[in-house]
Amino acid sequence: MKMQNQVKITFASRSVNEGFARAALAAFLVQLDPTVPQLADLKTAVSEAVTNCIVHAYPDAIGPVTMTAALYEGGIVRITISDRGVGIPDIAKAMEPMYTTGDPSERAGLGFAVMQSFMDKVRVSSTPGRGTRVTLTKRLEARD
Amino acid sequence: MAKVCFVPGSGTLAAYLSGEIDHHAAQSLRCEIDAQIDARLPELLTLDFSGVTFMDSSGVGLILGRSRHIAALGGRLTVQNPPAAVRRMLDLARVTYA
Repeated sequence: MKMQNQVKITFASRSVNEGFARAALAAFLVQLDPTVPQLADLKTAVSEAVTNCIVHAYPDAIGPVTMTAALYEGGIVRITISDRGVGIPDIAKAMEPMYTTGDPSERAGLGFAVMQSFMDKVRVSSTPGRGTRVTLTKRLEARD
Repeated sequence: MAKVCFVPGSGTLAAYLSGEIDHHAAQSLRCEIDAQIDARLPELLTLDFSGVTFMDSSGVGLILGRSRHIAALGGRLTVQNPPAAVRRMLDLARVTYA
């Protein structure tokens, strides 16, 4: 699979950067001329992944979040969101719908469920104390 | 940037949400809506999403949190007018709407 273009951005785990990450991704994807629903799916999945970094990876500190977006032939978009935060001890548990270690009265616990629903493939790797990497892949169907 | 405008009625309170609702925006929206709930004690709170251009699962958390808050005070909450992108999120979370 041949890569056609790539961008890499690192930003602080401040909640105001959730919107920045979505906007930066949308600007990069303009070259693919995505449909509104396609772009909405990608922005939503990225928003969930970045929010996880801000809420869970760095619960009591500000740390770096890196977003890499790559375009491959065939309209395949691969986005990696990585952090150097606390890590996830039990990835399978973390990915269960409605499970959250955040404030249960205000967090729906749907972040990974949304990523899985809106993307073709979601891959999570994590090392406790070292950080987490979420890889989101989606093939954008060509417009008719 | 998300905003909320309130229209109080007799025993009712409508909150018209607009803009992008993510975890960042939900924090201030939560405070604004809860302050209105606590001040007016409505029997029915309606959250109107017609002006919302983006919403991730933080918006679902915002709805569920407000629902619990108003239920504890004896009221109830409804959701109305979600655009397509918001409907998809609500359907995933099994939140009903009008």
